[in-house]
Amino acid sequence: MLLVFFACQTAFAEGPQSTPSIFSPASTPANDIYELSLFVLTITGAIFVTVAGLIAFVIFRYRQKGPDDTTEPAQIYGSTQVELAWTVIPVLIVVVLFLTTARMIFAIQDAPKPKAALDVTVVGHQFWWEFNYPKLGIRAVNELHVPVSDPQSPTPTYLTLLSADVIHSFWVPQLAGKTDVVPNNVNKLWIDPHHTGLYVGQCAQFCGVQHALMLLRVYVDTPEQFATWVKNQQQSAVSDENVAAGRHVFETQACMNCHSIAGTAATGRYGPDLTHLMSRATLASGAMDNTKDNLREWIRHPDTFKTGVLMPAMQLNDQQLDQVTAYLSTLR
Amino acid sequence: MADSTYPIPGSLETTPRRWSQAAILEWLNSWVITVDHKKLGILYILYAIFFLLVGGAEAIAIRIQLIHPNMHFLSPQVFNRIFTMHGTTMVFLFGMTYIFGFANYLIPLMIGARDMAFPRLNALSFWLTFFGGLLLYYSFIGGGGLYGAGNAPDVMWWAYAPLTERAFSPGHAPDYWALSLIVTGFGTIGASINVIATAFCMRCKGMTLMRLPVFVWVNATASGLALITITPLTAAQVMLLIDRYLGGHFFDTQAGGSAVVWAHFFWIFGHPEVYVLVLPAFAIANEVIPVFSRKAIFGYPAVVAASVGIAFVSLGVWAHHMFTIGMTSAGNAFFVLSTMLVGIPTSIKIFNWLATMWGGKIRFATPMLFCTAFVVQFLLAGLTGIMLSIAPWDWQLHNSYFVIAHFHYILVGAIAFCIFAGVYYWYPKVTGRMLSEKLGKWHFWLFLIGFHVTFDVMHIPGLLGMPRSIYTYEADRGWTGWNQIVSIGGFIQAIAVLIFAVNLIWSYFKGKEAGNDPWDAWTLEWATPSPPPAYNFATDPVVTSRRPLWDLKHPDDPDWHYE
Repeated sequence: MLLVFFACQTAFAEGPQSTPSIFSPASTPANDIYELSLFVLTITGAIFVTVAGLIAFVIFRYRQKGPDDTTEPAQIYGSTQVELAWTVIPVLIVVVLFLTTARMIFAIQDAPKPKAALDVTVVGHQFWWEFNYPKLGIRAVNELHVPVSDPQSPTPTYLTLLSADVIHSFWVPQLAGKTDVVPNNVNKLWIDPHHTGLYVGQCAQFCGVQHALMLLRVYVDTPEQFATWVKNQQQSAVSDENVAAGRHVFETQACMNCHSIAGTAATGRYGPDLTHLMSRATLASGAMDNTKDNLREWIRHPDTFKTGVLMPAMQLNDQQLDQVTAYLSTLR
Repeated sequence: MADSTYPIPGSLETTPRRWSQAAILEWLNSWVITVDHKKLGILYILYAIFFLLVGGAEAIAIRIQLIHPNMHFLSPQVFNRIFTMHGTTMVFLFGMTYIFGFANYLIPLMIGARDMAFPRLNALSFWLTFFGGLLLYYSFIGGGGLYGAGNAPDVMWWAYAPLTERAFSPGHAPDYWALSLIVTGFGTIGASINVIATAFCMRCKGMTLMRLPVFVWVNATASGLALITITPLTAAQVMLLIDRYLGGHFFDTQAGGSAVVWAHFFWIFGHPEVYVLVLPAFAIANEVIPVFSRKAIFGYPAVVAASVGIAFVSLGVWAHHMFTIGMTSAGNAFFVLSTMLVGIPTSIKIFNWLATMWGGKIRFATPMLFCTAFVVQFLLAGLTGIMLSIAPWDWQLHNSYFVIAHFHYILVGAIAFCIFAGVYYWYPKVTGRMLSEKLGKWHFWLFLIGFHVTFDVMHIPGLLGMPRSIYTYEADRGWTGWNQIVSIGGFIQAIAVLIFAVNLIWSYFKGKEAGNDPWDAWTLEWATPSPPPAYNFATDPVVTSRRPLWDLKHPDDPDWHYE
């Protein structure tokens, strides 16, 4: 089985890919884990081949030769030397594995933070992700943008992990191992991506009915791309007179109780920030592509895409739906 | 025929039965009021098999839903209930019941006793477990619930806080989960006390502790572990109910409570619990492998010491389920070490089984087929366990399909295979008839193939980033093909288990007569008729070695010359 797997190309590609394989690391912590895993696989593989080989040997060599082969074999009750041998060898293996592992735990968890590191606060919600960049004054949603890190002068991203409700888990396999997002607790995780592109992941701790659709998209940008993205996110919402009717619907139909749009009266914190809704590739934390039709249907009836989600259907009529969709579609 | 000694069904005492209504009612009643360890053992096993089939149906439902991305076979709400119930059922209603089924039936027979130490406690424990399970399943229909599927628990079998608090689970799902397991928990405590008391206090003359069959040692160890480990679970469940109904905030993070404390409580129970489930499987293998290799178990003292050692060490490894929750690096490192240490006595056991088979004359009847597969599969499961104990690697593997593959390798590949071996081995003693070897071999090979198709392949989506507990997955993640193969293997296993069920029923009426000792075995249960009479032994046995029947069959070369 493992041979089949190892033959699969997608498992081992360089750089970002749609299959988030842990064997295609693109960031320092994921890389360290990958190398450790190869070491461990070699040792456990050797153990398996040896012991399973012995079992296979025993099955063939010591089987009953035929129904008439009924004399009892020599009864061996035990041997202290043999018992000692197969106790000492596993102890030695454990010592080696433990020391290698402990070293890596300290290297990853207690890594000193470089001055050039970017700080992002991640807040897990049922069932979406909030990304705040405190020093840049940005509040992003569901899609995380970070700068690529040059191994010569690293610019990793340090994530502070918080939860607004239940336990979630932030997992983007190609970038790092997962760390849980625990309410009433502060956890930390760092990534140090070496290749630009889009990395995918998702929540990895059962958090309720739509745990399966709490997806993650991490865009690793070149420094120029990142600067452009930051500049845009720092702007207040686009204000377009043509969609004033939709904005009016948004502000009077209770949307602003949960959602915020920078530069307007909407300052709700319970749901995602919508200031730059159109800058995202997906809606509802990856549940569907960000198209006008999907957006309209989402507002009309969120359960179409993500049943059990916490956003209620506000019973808007067709005209209100068209107007508010048109308004939100201008929020780039 | 108002006789107080009814012929045991299927026995070869051929008194013609008259199926009058009174006769049937009295027969049924004899099962309800029994305190006989043999009848209670059979009741436990039948209960376990029933819930194996129910839990298996839940598994098949899961695999149908996951065979393609975006299937609509089960809604997310129902899917979340089904996988929670699958885990809860398999651990508590199948796992915890099979162990007491085998232990209750066999321990008194193996130690030459008339019954367990506390027969009425035995019955009470069974019925507590029985009704606890019914309470859990009543949740599917009890009350309107919120999503139309009743209140069946939908919080994952480990019921992490604060998802289980009133704020996030306003219905009654966590209440059914907690209450039913508190009830079955009392059943477990009673049964464990009984096993320990019987093993240490009811042995026949000459049976010192070092002559106790390994089966009894390992079951007593598992029961001791169960006694210690069920308490934190019950305590946590009571605290959860206090949070939900009496204004407590133990795990209520919105009021300063701790979600991490729930995780500690649960896994302090949860990890030793899996050893409670697997040790009795080892116990079965420890009896089957020597008999079918025609050799005494190699290194009896080491096997006993390793089993007890596993129980002790397993009490100190629980936070390897929490490597990602945010413990300090020193905390993580400690649990890496303790988890790896438990691998040492475990590997000693594997080597002792290997050495038992070495130099033997192995007969591959159905019980031995299952036990041989068990040894290889358990080896592999232990190695993936080592991989998971490597905390940084676990930061990738935790909560992924790799973990599911690992623990199903133990639960199915080790435990279920040993249970099947044990049933094929002891069914003749319980019923007086052999199970069909032909159907047994069909069962074995189909189940082996289905098991490997599902659980070997299941490691792969985990390595490719697929988390667990998800009712669907993205089509472009490269997981679809692997999931399809996994599901197909599940269907093959289902067919194999159906063949097993057919075998159990058919052989009860048409199986070959077994006699006292169809396998030419060596422990005391094979000295009784099949099935044994109510009193087990007409006169108390006296033993002089670990294998009393070997001594009788080989008076020129008895074990006590060498032990």
